[in-house]
Amino acid sequence: MLSPTGAEAVKEPAKEPASPPRRGISAPRGGLRHLSLAGVLVALVIVGAFTKPEQFLTGDNLQLILTQSSVIGVVTVGVTFVIIGGGIDLSVGAIVALASVWATTVATQEFGLGGVLLCALSVGLGCGLVNGVLIAYGPMVPFIATLAMLASARGLALLISDGKTQVVTVQSVLDLGVSDSYVLGVPPLVLVFAAVAVLGWLVLGRTTFGRRTVAVGGNAEASRLAGIAVRRQRLLLYLLSGLCCGIAAFMLIVLTGSGQNTNGNLYELDAIAAAIIGGTLLSGGRGTITGSVLGVLVFTTITNLFALNNLQTDVQQIAKGAIIVAAVLVQKGRKTQ
Amino acid sequence: MTETHENPNSPTASPSSRTSRRNVLFGTAAAGAALFAAGCTSNKSNDDKEEAGQANVADDKPGKQVTIGFAGPQADHGWLNAINEQAQERAKKYKDVTLEATEGSNDNAQQVGQIETLINKKVDVLVILPADGKALTQVGLKAMRAGIPVVNLDRVFASQQAYRCWIGGDNYGMGLNAGRYIGEKLKDKKNAKVVELAGIDNLELTRERTDGFDAALKNYPNIEKVARQAAEFTVESGQSKMAQLLRAEPKFDALWNHDDDQGVGAERAIKQAGRDDFLMVGGAGSRRVMDTIKADNGVIKATVLYPPTMAASAIDLARALGQGKGVGGLAEFEIPASLTLYSAVVTKENVDEYLPTGFK
Repeated sequence: MLSPTGAEAVKEPAKEPASPPRRGISAPRGGLRHLSLAGVLVALVIVGAFTKPEQFLTGDNLQLILTQSSVIGVVTVGVTFVIIGGGIDLSVGAIVALASVWATTVATQEFGLGGVLLCALSVGLGCGLVNGVLIAYGPMVPFIATLAMLASARGLALLISDGKTQVVTVQSVLDLGVSDSYVLGVPPLVLVFAAVAVLGWLVLGRTTFGRRTVAVGGNAEASRLAGIAVRRQRLLLYLLSGLCCGIAAFMLIVLTGSGQNTNGNLYELDAIAAAIIGGTLLSGGRGTITGSVLGVLVFTTITNLFALNNLQTDVQQIAKGAIIVAAVLVQKGRKTQ
Repeated sequence: MTETHENPNSPTASPSSRTSRRNVLFGTAAAGAALFAAGCTSNKSNDDKEEAGQANVADDKPGKQVTIGFAGPQADHGWLNAINEQAQERAKKYKDVTLEATEGSNDNAQQVGQIETLINKKVDVLVILPADGKALTQVGLKAMRAGIPVVNLDRVFASQQAYRCWIGGDNYGMGLNAGRYIGEKLKDKKNAKVVELAGIDNLELTRERTDGFDAALKNYPNIEKVARQAAEFTVESGQSKMAQLLRAEPKFDALWNHDDDQGVGAERAIKQAGRDDFLMVGGAGSRRVMDTIKADNGVIKATVLYPPTMAASAIDLARALGQGKGVGGLAEFEIPASLTLYSAVVTKENVDEYLPTGFK
């Protein structure tokens, strides 16, 4: 099980490099990257189709994969923006935890669906604001500021929840997560993920905000000299990431019907990993939303494939590591050609 | 010393002293005592003694002042939270007990530091629930060498020299009882399929639970365990892994979920998949699950206990150690070196009895 997955992940994209000629500019390279990642995804689907045909290749399973991608997917979109803008956000998981706990306290639940949603979004935005101010206007580097946010947001989540699982009793919130609410068979969570992804793609590729983000991440000093308000741009990026965390927290509440301080565990690493295998440059200045979304889908499909084949945690983790390395190696190979 | 000799005699104690005992044991304590008695049963299995033990868990009369140091992991989980609460409440019950509790920590180095602080403060007895038993053995040894008896709670130290008394749950037995319960329910069903949703896979306790579960299922040749996935004791992971399991196995007859906290997510996934064609058994014993069992309106029909009341019993043991006494219900003058608690199966029939011990 392990070796075929790894082998095909490498083999599949390896066929490609011969055909497209070498190009210097970044746009086609991004396209290529998507091709190779899509190759990985195709390889995974082939493995799934051969090992568990009757369970894997069904509409229900596709729905499951998309639903399970949706929460981390929204977080990844925000993180992708931050990384492209030359920063890093290690606090996303903790912000999701804090927002989900805050939005499910008895007091918040009294306000119903709107209260829960508004609370989750404001907590996300608030944390993003603190991150942004510390980084853009304060003396802190992103790594440290968001690390501090990670620690304190988790701590605050633990304080508020008192270590307990807060079960949601607002029926309208719970209803969003069960099949009656599906729009033409598509769960609302997947629709939200799709909307965030498309908006992110538009904003990054088609707006001034997006171009400024790439410019600031590529060369902050040059951007400043070119008249871009670098500080404000950075603040906005962390606000955006915080907002995505707030949305994700609400989605997680709908999905699990509860808020818990352990929510969003290691989201920061999952989101960064998805962005990186999706071709986002960790040093900033380059990356795409399409790549990140594909990265998330690859990870969720791997998890799904493993669970369907009843593989245990040890094998899962080894294989996951191998696939990350394989995916990155393929991209590096492509870049140096 | 006189107190020590009074204990074995207690079945013949005067009615008046019994009444006053009852007063002291009133309320939350009764539940803890019942479970503590169950712990005794697993060693001695004598029902008559159990009755005596229940009335005799602690002396009603305030004795020598005892300062108990308590160090546990971070209470970021329902069960661990209940452990802290049980210890605090039990200590409050005794006028002669002062509890010095550290802030919980999951970091081994930090917990070592906290315990060393307690040693330096010269507490009389230590109750330690290590984040990782093996990693904290040295500090247990250090306390014992400094003359402070250690009550090791649940996660066992690597050396028996590091503690005076160990009290804890039975992970293997928990799996065994879950397997037995499911086995009995499905024994007449041909080709029955069972699914397991485990806890954190890199904890030894998860492996032990699974081993016990598998061992029990082996007694029923008609039952096959078709799938197992490990979640992380969190609601989120429970939802995600359960959703996958439901996809992987379109039809099965029973499910054992190791942990009621992650069960919140698992039950959510079951609801989202619209499935109700199987029997679900929980683990640990949360209040929410017990309420569901009582109401009998979900797939969950039973839960296997991993009683957090063990923390209350640990305080009892620590107090007895500090005062140089034995525990009631046993003939021995000294408290036992180890107490393994029984993992009872809570079903609709007996849920009322266990309801007060369910943790939130």
